Amino acid sequence: MGELETKYKKGAEFPGQVMPAGNGGNILVTKIDELINWSRANSLWPLTFATSCCAIEMMATGASKHDWSRFGTEVARASARQADLIIIAGTIVNKMAPVLKRLYDQMAEPKYVIAMGACAISGGPFYYNSYSVVKGADHVIPVDVYVPGCPPRPEALLHGIMQLQEKIKKSKPILRRGAIEKFEEGF
Amino acid sequence: MTNEEFITIIRNWFPDVEIPEEDSQFLNVFVPKEKILEVAQKLRNDEVTKLDYMFNLTCVDWPEHFQMIYHLKSSEHGHMLVLKVKLENKENPEIETLCHLYRTAELHEREVYDLFGIKFINHPDLRRLLLEDDWIGHPLRKDYVDEINIVSL
Repeated sequence: MGELETKYKKGAEFPGQVMPAGNGGNILVTKIDELINWSRANSLWPLTFATSCCAIEMMATGASKHDWSRFGTEVARASARQADLIIIAGTIVNKMAPVLKRLYDQMAEPKYVIAMGACAISGGPFYYNSYSVVKGADHVIPVDVYVPGCPPRPEALLHGIMQLQEKIKKSKPILRRGAIEKFEEGF
Repeated sequence: MTNEEFITIIRNWFPDVEIPEEDSQFLNVFVPKEKILEVAQKLRNDEVTKLDYMFNLTCVDWPEHFQMIYHLKSSEHGHMLVLKVKLENKENPEIETLCHLYRTAELHEREVYDLFGIKFINHPDLRRLLLEDDWIGHPLRKDYVDEINIVSL
């Protein structure tokens, strides 16, 4: 009797989920993935969205001295429909939370989130004694990169953007959605 | 107008106000609750004082009472004055509105109502300003309890 057979007895319900091999992993798909990731990572369009003092550092990051356009992030959009990166720069209060959620929902896929500063990460200085502050923006929307600081320096935000680019470059956009549902018909 | 002149003229007009001698930035005048509208009206409309601009309105929650604070300024003479009113009733604090004299007071009184729960009598539109309409309680009161959001140390 093999090891597997002793572990899973015949007739017992299979404990996992069957994942078809799919046609992922072939050379063409990985190369297309690389191309898509490269273009996405180097052309992040951030949303012009900021709620408190981190905004000043974010604006400094965009201004000439630090100049985030060196990383392909310069096209700050005033409309969520055109943006694919939201930098939560500042405190999110309970009244702002539904607005933030709506902005995130309005953004087209693929979309990325950077939580900038202590308030966006955990509520920061308002963690203990506040009736109005959300204790971390990740209670409202999913966050890709956390940038600590109060507020973080522009260098820290740039590092956060570079980390996000690293993350995007490791993603698999073609396999990301519908890999199992669309297995039969091919991609 | 200097503070000394203010003290003389206000004592002359309203003998029952209290003006403590303290070294503060502004001259503080403690007005009885019932007299606030009358005092503010006189200070605003009289040519000598002409305190026609309210630049701050706030409230303090003391252990035994609430205290309303009004910062007034004259745009013509440039002098400033602070009116303070004690609200003894901690359960149901009420005071006459000043928003018919100063338009600034309308929003500020809504804010104080929102966060301290002071009722402003004759206010035209007294509802919450900052918090949601269905909020329960007044969070800047010292006895406000919120076991979910406020972590007490």
